[in-house]
Amino acid sequence: MSLEKITRIAGRAVPVPGNDIDTDRIIPARFMKCVTFDGLGEYLFYDVRKNADGSDRKHPLNDPRFRGATILLSGANFGCGSSREHAPQAIQKYGFKAIVAESYAEIFFGNCTTLGIPCLSASRADIQQIAAAVEADPRIEVMLDIAACEIRFGGRSIKATLRESAREALVNGRWDAIGDLLEGAEDAKRVASGLPYLAY
Amino acid sequence: MPKSLFQKVWEAHTVRTLPNGQTQLLIGTHLIHEVTSPQAFGMLRDLGLRVRMPHRTFATVDHIVPTDQVAEPYADPLADAMIRELRRNCREFGLTFFDRSTGRQGIVHVVGPEQGITQPGTTIACGDSHTSTHGAFGAIAFGIGTTQIRDVLATQTMALGRLKVRRIDVTGRLTAGVYAKDVILHIIRTLGVNGGTGYAYEYGGEVFDRFSMEERMTVCNMSIEGGARVGYVNPDEKTFAYLEGRPHAPKGEAWAAAVARWRGFASDPGCTYDDVVTLRGEEIPPTVTWGINPGQGIAIGESIPDPSKAVADEKASIEEALAYMKLQPGKPIRGTRIDVAFVGSCTNGRLSDFQEVARYLKGRRVAPGVRAIAVPGSQIVGSLCASLGIDKVFREAGFEWREAGCSMCLAMNPDKLVGDQLCASSSNRNFKGRQGSPTGRTLLMSPLMVAAAAVTGSVADAREVFGIKPVA
Repeated sequence: MSLEKITRIAGRAVPVPGNDIDTDRIIPARFMKCVTFDGLGEYLFYDVRKNADGSDRKHPLNDPRFRGATILLSGANFGCGSSREHAPQAIQKYGFKAIVAESYAEIFFGNCTTLGIPCLSASRADIQQIAAAVEADPRIEVMLDIAACEIRFGGRSIKATLRESAREALVNGRWDAIGDLLEGAEDAKRVASGLPYLAY
Repeated sequence: MPKSLFQKVWEAHTVRTLPNGQTQLLIGTHLIHEVTSPQAFGMLRDLGLRVRMPHRTFATVDHIVPTDQVAEPYADPLADAMIRELRRNCREFGLTFFDRSTGRQGIVHVVGPEQGITQPGTTIACGDSHTSTHGAFGAIAFGIGTTQIRDVLATQTMALGRLKVRRIDVTGRLTAGVYAKDVILHIIRTLGVNGGTGYAYEYGGEVFDRFSMEERMTVCNMSIEGGARVGYVNPDEKTFAYLEGRPHAPKGEAWAAAVARWRGFASDPGCTYDDVVTLRGEEIPPTVTWGINPGQGIAIGESIPDPSKAVADEKASIEEALAYMKLQPGKPIRGTRIDVAFVGSCTNGRLSDFQEVARYLKGRRVAPGVRAIAVPGSQIVGSLCASLGIDKVFREAGFEWREAGCSMCLAMNPDKLVGDQLCASSSNRNFKGRQGSPTGRTLLMSPLMVAAAAVTGSVADAREVFGIKPVA
């Protein structure tokens, strides 16, 4: 299975500040009543982006200055809560290609990586610097160097971190594990044969 | 070398090391439900793959089922489409489906243990973050996303990085009127909502030794709310007694062999942990959340935090939470008026939860203006409650008694808050909008604290409301 090697992502960024932004907020549960992921993008952050009558609320994603941004900036423990892949799917289908946050919840991080969405971590101060730069000029390009774990913007460069297994998978085009897992079928069979409960 | 249960189970299920350094781990038991699986079956079809171990894949329907209607079609056409899709997938791939017609349907994390599918020393995956519940049996149980569901369906394995293990000891005894729910809310409050990131939590100590299996499930269930993807308790005699005779538990000679094997998975004395935390059972109070994440909890006797007195780091979070919750800083949480009371969910929707509430609810009435609903976690829990007259106690008190499902925990079915209603809830998440209204508000607490709030109409100390005296 050949996948795109994700080594760099360049684009405009939008800050969605706050800590502990959970997956219910990213995509409210009622929009998960579906049997495909198609169309989830329009429900991204729905309840904090829309009023009950469907009109827009004040939210960075409703700010025309940030329209077309492909990099999402946020705080600590981003994506906590439910394991719903609908959350990263909605982020991706809305048009985001990468996330830069202080830290991520475990399941969300894995779900994103599997979809080829790099989740870079950076310090609060550094993210605030990027946010300040894009607030001042939303048109500036933010460049994520996934291979080198660096973020470059407006002539500056900051260090980011990315779990090595995820970095390796993204830059080598192995972020969707299915190919590797299928290759291990014989080994899996051998291990399964040693586990009596699999026969029950 | 002494080893932890996590290490033993991990090693027993390791298939190989993947090129990116992750482990290909065999998943012995795969649980699925209607919300996160349909897309995975779609991907399977697109790739022309089959289900690798249909006999190790078990399905139930829980999130979208209406709890006031069994007859189909459901009023909500989307919900109806989802249950039909799951039925089709189970039929096409030959999977066991605990449909509503079987009498064994329920919330996936109630059904697995109830059917004896959840066993010590096994690996379990399910497309639901509360899969950690199954760790109560000494299983390593992972919540996974839909693409990983595809992986497990197609290969019975998944790619994972190894977790560190934090031992959480709760020593001594809990005081009267303090429950497993309080223990986990207290743990999350103490260690933080992301304190467990990268860890499996091993719960132990006298309090856990004494806990019933259902109490252990309540704690393990909410591990993920503390950031830990996995939580478990070492298997012991209680674990084996619970499993014996259940439909999917080993029988006859196989039973004794299984118990011997299960015993061997328990953490060895003297094994090393990456971190150890010790809490005293006596110091854990009845706990209730006031904010918008499960770590924002306080003792029932405490006041709502004041952001002006908080450290800079927490100030913004507290302000955001108070603005959403419409609560006043510095005021006692006790006495806060509620609109809705909910007893149920994969955290607290088991027989012992309803039993404990019924003990005290008898002869009491839900306060005027409060809507109270009780939702058994499975059809079996529902029928056990009926045979013991527990449903009657709830009904006579003014609770609506419903059919099994996730109900008001997550708002994917008709049970939802309206407007900015405040709900005393035995569920697991108090996120903004979690219970179905974008402005709805949730206070997490134990089932008995929910009952106390229901009968008084406001947040109350169940020990006072129900006259629970400290044990001499």
